[in-house]
Amino acid sequence: MTDAPSPSLPAAGMLQAMRGLVARDLRLALRRRADPLSVLVFFVLVASLFPLGVGPEPELLRTMGPGVVFVAALLAAMLSLGRLFADDYQDGTLEQLLLSACPLPLLVTAKILAHWISSGLLLALVSPLLALQFDLGAAATGVLLLALLVVTPLLSLIGAVGAALTVGVRGAAVLMPLLILPLCVPALIFGTAAVEASRTGMETMGHFSLLGAFLVLALVGAPWATATALRIALE
Amino acid sequence: MRLTALARIRPLASVAMLELRGVACVRGGRTLFDRLDCQVEAGRLLRVRGVNGAGKTSLLRMVCGLLPAAQGQVLWRGESIRDLGEQFGRQLVYLGHAAALKDDLSAIENLQTACLLGGLLVSREQALLALTQAGLPGRGRAPVRHLSQGQRRRVALARLLLSSATPLWVLDEPFNALDSAATDWLCGLLQAHLVQGGAVVLTSHQDVALDTLTDRLIPLTLGARPS
Repeated sequence: MTDAPSPSLPAAGMLQAMRGLVARDLRLALRRRADPLSVLVFFVLVASLFPLGVGPEPELLRTMGPGVVFVAALLAAMLSLGRLFADDYQDGTLEQLLLSACPLPLLVTAKILAHWISSGLLLALVSPLLALQFDLGAAATGVLLLALLVVTPLLSLIGAVGAALTVGVRGAAVLMPLLILPLCVPALIFGTAAVEASRTGMETMGHFSLLGAFLVLALVGAPWATATALRIALE
Repeated sequence: MRLTALARIRPLASVAMLELRGVACVRGGRTLFDRLDCQVEAGRLLRVRGVNGAGKTSLLRMVCGLLPAAQGQVLWRGESIRDLGEQFGRQLVYLGHAAALKDDLSAIENLQTACLLGGLLVSREQALLALTQAGLPGRGRAPVRHLSQGQRRRVALARLLLSSATPLWVLDEPFNALDSAATDWLCGLLQAHLVQGGAVVLTSHQDVALDTLTDRLIPLTLGARPS
């Protein structure tokens, strides 16, 4: 029985499939540069509107700075997450992902990773610039960058579940943020709290531990939930 | 996994490659077909026909495992495809209505990704060669956006050239948008796959196209039921 299906794809093949998918999505992001750039500009604009709106009181800006940056990052993430599976669904690639020899949760993880690199990572790297206009100081700026580096992958992971649940649904653009935003509240709270703690000279480790725990939890649960949601969506 | 390392397909005499056992399809509260039994042995081609809305595409999606059967089960070499999971993905190439191509990527990149997802690592040279054989010489590096409908179809079909060792091909209207030269080419490709011991499931409106394959053909007509 030489033709019997072998037990499973060798691990190397799965890694190749994942790497190939990450490379494809990053290449697509590079060729459609307007998409990631518009998300980045949106992030900077939203965060910059607040100082203009509430006035130039330095102490007020310092207090609300971290929260504003996190909320802006959250909204910017919603903007890009809508397209995570929608394009693949429309051109039929999503069906190919479901029929792949590589387990779907792994492929979903690859897609989430590519999404994070092309959106969340950029947002985090730009955040020190925004910290300047809120006069956060060097230490707090560092913590803000670090916190965003933990929170943005978390947003991509949670957002993927919402994007998968609403794939092919009319009005997905509105429905998805409604599903996702409540789930992002813990990330928002502990992210801002970490920056706030560093600004007032307190210990930030506890907040980071919790954020890390959330990230690990999402890393385990979200790809699996996303894969299940995609299978249901395509039935 | 290298293409050359793949074992040739050898059919099993006793168990049919693909078997539909009492399969039913319900879409939107309406039963499109039920108690459908069918066996596809190695080297045979199942041609699904039926009027629009008879459930041709649904049947093909069921065979792939994208759509669960409302009743009955789909068996691959005697095992339910539900239990096989991703392992079934290696045994199968599915080309649906949409060509599954990314407009911003070149034909080569599209082909490489599609093969990689199916568990085949294909080099640029192999992809380029397949595209040339598929009638797209010199078009491999251009973004797929600039290709015509028929050319896009050829890019999608080029994957079959690289998947000759994958036993089951499931093709939804593969002859759509193809000119007569490409139709003949695809028929030859199907013939070669069947001779090699593979199995094919396809839907097609064209009768003429499959004339050369009549001795291997299993016709299946889905009737539209009066509601």
